[in-house]
Formats: sequence, structure tokens, C-alpha cells
Amino acid sequence: MFDCTIIGCGITGAAAAYLLSHYDLKLLVLEASNDVANGSTKANSAILHAGFDPEPGSLMARANVRGVEMAAEICRRLDVPRLNCGALVLAFSPDDLHTIRELYARGLANAVPGLRLLSAVEARQLEPYLADTVTGALLAPSSSIVDPWEYALAMTETAVKNGLVLALGRGVREIKLPDAAAGKDYFELTDSQGQRHQSRYVINAAGVHSDQVHAMIGGHNFRIHPVRGQYFLLDKNAGHTCRHTLFQCPTAAGKGVLVSPTVHGNLIIGPDAEAVADPDNTATTAEALEYVRRMALRSLNNIPFGENIRNFAGVRAQSDRPDFIVEASPQSPRFINLAGIKSPGLSAAPAIAEMALDLLAQAGLALKRRADYDDSRRRIRFRYLTPAQQSELIAADPRYGHVVCRCETITEGEIVAALHGPVPPRSLDAVKRHCNAGSGRCQGSFCGPRIHEIIARELGLPYDAVTQNEDGSYIVTEPTKGNSDKGVTV
Amino acid sequence: MKAVKQLRDCYDVLIIGGGPAGLAAARAAWNDGARQVLIIERDSVPGGILNQCIHNGFGLHYFHEELTGPEYAGRCLDELADTGVELLLNTMVLSLDELPQEPGREALGGLLPEPVQESLSPDLLTGRPPHRVFAASPELGSVCIKSRAVILAMGCRERSRGAIQIPGTRPAGVLTAGAAQRYVNLEGWQIGRRVVILGSGDIGLIMARRLTLEGARVLACVELMPYSSGLLRNLVQCLDDFGIPLLLSHTVTDIRGRRRLTGVTVSQVDENRQPVSGSEQDFDCDALLLSVGLLPENELTRAAHIPLDPRTRGAYVYENMETASAGVFACGNVAHVHDLVDYVSEESQRAGQAAAAYARGQGISGRAIPIQHGSGILYTVPQSIHIKAAGDGQADRDAAYNLFFRVTRPQQQVRIALYDGDRCLKRWTKPSVAPGEMERLKLPQTLLKDCGSGSLTLTLEHPAVKEATANA
Repeated sequence: MFDCTIIGCGITGAAAAYLLSHYDLKLLVLEASNDVANGSTKANSAILHAGFDPEPGSLMARANVRGVEMAAEICRRLDVPRLNCGALVLAFSPDDLHTIRELYARGLANAVPGLRLLSAVEARQLEPYLADTVTGALLAPSSSIVDPWEYALAMTETAVKNGLVLALGRGVREIKLPDAAAGKDYFELTDSQGQRHQSRYVINAAGVHSDQVHAMIGGHNFRIHPVRGQYFLLDKNAGHTCRHTLFQCPTAAGKGVLVSPTVHGNLIIGPDAEAVADPDNTATTAEALEYVRRMALRSLNNIPFGENIRNFAGVRAQSDRPDFIVEASPQSPRFINLAGIKSPGLSAAPAIAEMALDLLAQAGLALKRRADYDDSRRRIRFRYLTPAQQSELIAADPRYGHVVCRCETITEGEIVAALHGPVPPRSLDAVKRHCNAGSGRCQGSFCGPRIHEIIARELGLPYDAVTQNEDGSYIVTEPTKGNSDKGVTV
Repeated sequence: MKAVKQLRDCYDVLIIGGGPAGLAAARAAWNDGARQVLIIERDSVPGGILNQCIHNGFGLHYFHEELTGPEYAGRCLDELADTGVELLLNTMVLSLDELPQEPGREALGGLLPEPVQESLSPDLLTGRPPHRVFAASPELGSVCIKSRAVILAMGCRERSRGAIQIPGTRPAGVLTAGAAQRYVNLEGWQIGRRVVILGSGDIGLIMARRLTLEGARVLACVELMPYSSGLLRNLVQCLDDFGIPLLLSHTVTDIRGRRRLTGVTVSQVDENRQPVSGSEQDFDCDALLLSVGLLPENELTRAAHIPLDPRTRGAYVYENMETASAGVFACGNVAHVHDLVDYVSEESQRAGQAAAAYARGQGISGRAIPIQHGSGILYTVPQSIHIKAAGDGQADRDAAYNLFFRVTRPQQQVRIALYDGDRCLKRWTKPSVAPGEMERLKLPQTLLKDCGSGSLTLTLEHPAVKEATANA
């Protein structure tokens, strides 16, 4: 019997798991994917927004400002890459100048620190390559960038280290409401592998699938209308094209196309906003990428698109309501929906989780702080160590002297550490998210086969059982004619 | 050749990369008298990419017989057997020192950035501080290795899907031809049953044959350009002989499949390489191999602020393969992508010899002048050469510069001309040229000794080219 089950381990579920794990509770996370942060959390702009955008007084505004304040502390404590690079909202027309003045006023109302309206000359002093058509800008110095999947992973790992049960590859198939008449004071959840779990409380953080999960208990008071956004990710050679996150003025469709450095030193460009029927449709299209490219070139005219290393698309869990949905289900006060978490969901996540804790407490969950909580996490990042530190590390474990991913300088030691960590990655893409191996300019074409072998060896998997990403994304089909190993781990 | 037990205080020649370029450079440096020569190789065996190129066709020019890739690597190693060249395996070079600007090197891509503060004292032989190379290995830890001369021989890498921005889903089964080659030839695993190959570069063609022999069905080889960038012999032996269609002026415009690839769309492209609407054809396939070009692996070079030629994507080099940073040489595919490994070996010998001379304090001399590209020339290597003054002891009557170049498109019956300002120094004729095949010229030093304009221009002279220039 679990006290609380969290459905979905994206950034919202991970934040809820992390905050709840501070209390004396038996916790379960059910995640449909074979890794955490494998949905919207891995495919977004990776911005911790300052908070000038949401309507003052909205849940979104409060959660955004509170969330990024919490994020700064969580990232520091759990060793998550975060960089306070600041942001500019660019104006290109008198209408835009009007909009940035409105954003400035909104930001003040939302208590965003340090906002300033800049002339075109002042903006160009900060960003020399701005397009000539820029006529002014709003500067938001508190805007930051973060590694979104490591942020979610760090919170999940810490929760797991403190006893939370993480069940990967297990979506929810069926949920039965508590039935007091039958003496069942708990939800009964059946996962995608047919296993049943009993839980007194449930948090629905299923992202683009949260309406489907809510429907399992007969809840129909919101619907998700997935919106796809496409991106370019440029090589580190292009990472210095701009120093701030460069927004254009927001429209009804969203925050518009941005250009931003990433915490890893790359340049990210996107997204567009396109309604899609299938919440799992993360395909890219030539038309949308062309639109993103054209829009981005309005901000900066020297973007070296020839340095592109990857295109991707993410689907935002936009709902039929304008604000975030953070509330108990009408079907049961013990079933908390955290839904419609579109942008700025990454920024707001810990604040949303905090609100969820309040709702659980109101519904009767006893929250008793644990005295023995281990609220720490450290990851070895070989490339950022001094030569003396590197030598010391290699002397203790020679696998740290074996650089496997040459683009990102990731060692075998780091990959092995991830594979034996609290949340082991099981695929090449998961290894990439957990320790950056394969995320560089060659996109794993050099190190992929080598990491494949390390995964098989460390996890004791047959060579052909290692996948690219989700289960079923197998990489090799069968042994070649001369291979006598026939499916046996190398 | 021997394994490294303990690092020396300072090497004569340090070579980054133990593939064909590094091995040939090491042999030449040793032959030329360098006695403290170190090769740093990241893999557990030397030979580089040759180890996975199990097909034949290597060595016809350099060893005068046909060899497989591993055999070619073996020959390169045999040549080092009786030398004292040291080999450091499982070692990754992390960075090179940035060195101060050398006066007079403006010919190679302009000025270097502001020099870093140099703390090392000058070496007695070269008169300059030694270079420092930072590397990591399981045995040695993270170390700084000093050397009078450094040779960059890191080779190249493949362009991946992002570089050509193919839209669609991102399933397993889309991989570069080189990664597929490693899986099939070294790991012993097949990567698909029904395969489409994008790009008709040599690796793609070789893999078309290799996968067919392993029992897969290669449905098509798709090439964006109206001509193949692969060697003619590979087109015949790897596609024609197996009945694999080559779709010229086509490209992949969609990728399908959520977990594993289920199919691709192939479209015809117009003269601007844009997909033609209505020309789409779907292929049901479970693997898409990308053979869409190679990029010299110059991240170390770039980080050390050594100027790179945007055309070759390698460092600007002189005729002795020295870069704008004195005592740093580049050879093989890190300098420019070669078509044949034989030419890599030949070019790397020159680099090895020059590095050994540099380490003895015998730098290059003469007046450096750049070689400009005229019509139809994509790039030249070297980008700049030293003209020996008449009566200079080095200006040997028989000596010649080796000039590699590539053309921008295939042409028949061309004349290649070298100009000194407006004056044509020499013309050569070729029955045909193609971008996929590297062209070579020998420029006798005597031809250039009176060169007066300060710049040479290599150009193609062909009616079609003149017409195109006039239109432009």
C-alpha cells in the first residue's frame, strides 16, 4: 500500500516526487516511458522564465515566479547545470514597443526583479549581432537557462535515494476509485504490465496524456490540446552567437521563436506552435523548420544554421483552460490533477508541486518531515575538472581516463556511474540525457557503438536488447554471418 | 615501435592520431632523424578507421598492390617495427596550447588572436617554447606532454542527420554509414534488413555492397547531386554489380516510424536542390544509412585558435603541411578529406619530414604566397607556398610542390591553368575531373622562382566554365 502514487515522471511529476519524498510517506512513481523526462521535459526551450509573461494574479504567474526561485536553490543543492544568462524581448515595430512596455508592467506586477526597458543602442551593447530592425528591448536579468532533463533526473534520483519506488516502463491502464462500501479506502491502479498497485492518494502528472489518465476515474473537466514546437540545436561553435535568451514579442500562439545559448554551450532556436491531433507526434517537418529559421533570422542575422547538429520537436500539454490546472478532481479530493502544464511549466514545476502538497494535506494526507532525509546529489563531470583532479580521479578508477564520447569529453567512468546510479538509463538516448555522452556534434555516430557495448556489459543485457530510446527501438537486427556470439552479451 | 613506459621531458615530434596519417608521419619523422617521436592514439589499437574498412582497394599507389584496410594499417605498422617511435594507446588529447602569433604568417588566414601569456622558456634547438599537449589515459592520468613539433592527424568524422536537416520522426535505424560499418564489420551485428542509403560517397557505396553480402536488401542509393561523389570503381563494383539503383538528383524528404524506422520518402530535387512536389516515392525500410560527407575533426585545432580554411574545414597549411602556428603540422583527413588513403600516407610523410626538420631548428624559409582559387576550383592544399629565392640552397632544380585540389563539379576535357597575376605559368589538360576525385599537380620549383605578383591563381579553363562565369 502506497501513501501516494505519482503518474508521470516529467518535470512536474519529478518535482512532486522530490518534495513529497521529504516526508514520511510510501511513494510510487509510475512512468510509461523507460526513462524519466522523456516527454515534453526533454524537448522544450530549457528556459527558467523570469515571469513577466503570465497574466498577473494567475496561477501561472505565481507558480512561475515562485518556481524559478525554488529552482535556483534545488539546482544548487542537487548539482544541476543552471546559468543565469538573462533575457531580452526584442521589439521590431511601434506595436512591439507597446507590447514590451506592457510586459514590463506585467513583470512589475508579478514581482520580477531587475526589469529594464532598453533602447536599440543599449540592446546592441549587450548583443552586438542583433538585427538592424530591432528598435528596443525589455531586459529581464533574472531569466535563466537549465538542463531540463538533468533537473528532472536530479529530483527523481534524490527521491529514489530516499526510498521512493520508481517503476519505469509502466504506464497506467486502469484506475479504480476508493470504494468505502467495499472497505477499500484506496485507489487501485493497474499498470501497463498488468500489475496492481494500491495507493491512498494519486497525483496525475501525465503531461500530454493527463486528460486520458483523468478519464480513467471518470473525470472529464479538462482536455489536452497538444501543441507541437520544433527546434534547431546548433554546434558549440555557434554557442556564442548570443549571450542572452532572445525572445520576440509573444502572441496568442505562444512566446514565439527564441534564440538562446544552452547550459551545455550550444545554441537552441525555436519553437513554432502547431496544434497536433496525436500527443505523441514529435516528428519534425520541413515547413515548420523553415518557419523557425525565418523567424529566428529576424532577431539575429548571423545565425550559422550550417552548424545545426539536431532538429527535434516537443509537444506542449496545452489544455482547454488558459491557466495551469492544479486542483483535486471532482471525482475524488484525493486525486490531484497537475495538468495543462504548458510553458512556463519547467519554470513553475517545483511551485506546482508545492501547491499539490497543500492540496494533498487538505485532503487529509499527513505530512511529517523526515529527519534522515539526504537532500544532496553530486555528479562527476570530468571535462570541468582540473588536470590534478582528473589524475586523482583516474588513479582511483582508471575508467575515468577512458574518454568515450570525444565531442563532449565524457569518460567511461561517467557512463558506468550513470548506469549504476539511482535511476539507471537503459538506452543510448537515456545515457545521453543522464551523462551527455553522444549529445555532441557527431550525435553518437562515433561513440554510439561503444556506448552500446558498455550498456550491454554493465546492465547484463544481450547486445541486441540495447535500444536507441523507447523499448522496441532496437538498433541491431541479427548477428552477421561470421558472428558466433549469436545474441550473447559481448 | 614501442609502448610508452614513461613520458619523456620533451619530444621532438608528437603526433595526435595513430591512423594512416599519424603512422606515415611518424615513420618519415624517424627517417629524417627525429629520435623522440610519440604517437598518441585514443583507441586500444592503432590504424584508425582502416580497421573497420575490411574491403579491398587500398594501397595501389603507395604500396603498389591491392590491400584491405586492416592490411594497409598492418603495412604502416610494419614500417615502424624497426624504429624507436613510441605509441601511447587509449589516450585522448584534450587540448593544445595556444601559442603566440608568429610574425610573417599572415598569409595563412590572417592574424592569430592575441597571444596567451607564455610561461615556458624557449627550446634550445627551435628557439621557441615547446608545444604543450594535454591528454588523459587510464594508465597515465591527466598529463601535459611537451614536444618541439606537433602533428595533427586526427582524421575526420561523418556529417550526421542534423547537418542536412532531414525532417520526420527520430527512430532507431537511422545511422551514419561509418557507424553501420563498425556494427557490421567489428561488432558482428547487422543493422537492418531493408536499407536505403542517402549519399553516394564512397563509404555509402561500400556499405551498400557490404550489407547486401550480409543478406540485407539495399533498395536504393539516393544522391542529392546530379552526379555521384564516390569513386567510379565503387559505383561499378558496389552498386551496378548488385543491381542497386542509384537515384541521382533525389533526396530523403521524410522519415517515418516511432521506435524503429518503418519507411522513408524520397523526392526528386530541382536544379536548386529543392524537392519537387509530386515526385515523392515511399520506401518501406528499417534502416537509413547516411553517407553525406566527411568533416575534418578540428575541434582541438579550433580551440587552439589555429586558423581554419572554410573550404577544406582543415587548417591553412604551407607546402610542408605546417599550419599558421609554427611547429604545428596537419596531415591526412584532418587537413582536407582525401579520396584515397595512399595520398594520405604520401602527404603525411611530408608533414613528418618537415616536423623533424622543425625540431632540429630547420624551419621553412622563403617568401610565402597564397594560391587563389579561380573558376571551378573548390580548394587547394597547400593554401600557400614558399617561393625559394634564386640561388637559395633549398631551391633544388628537381624539387616540386605537391598540390592537391578539388573541382566544384564534374567536367570533361578541361584545361587547368596556373597564373602569376595575369601571366599564365603553365597549363595541364585532363580528360575529366569530378568533385569526388582529388586532383594532384606537381609544380616544379623552377617554374615559380620568378613569380612576381605575390599571388598565384589556379583555375579551370573550359568553355562551360567561361560561360557560367559570364552569366554570374
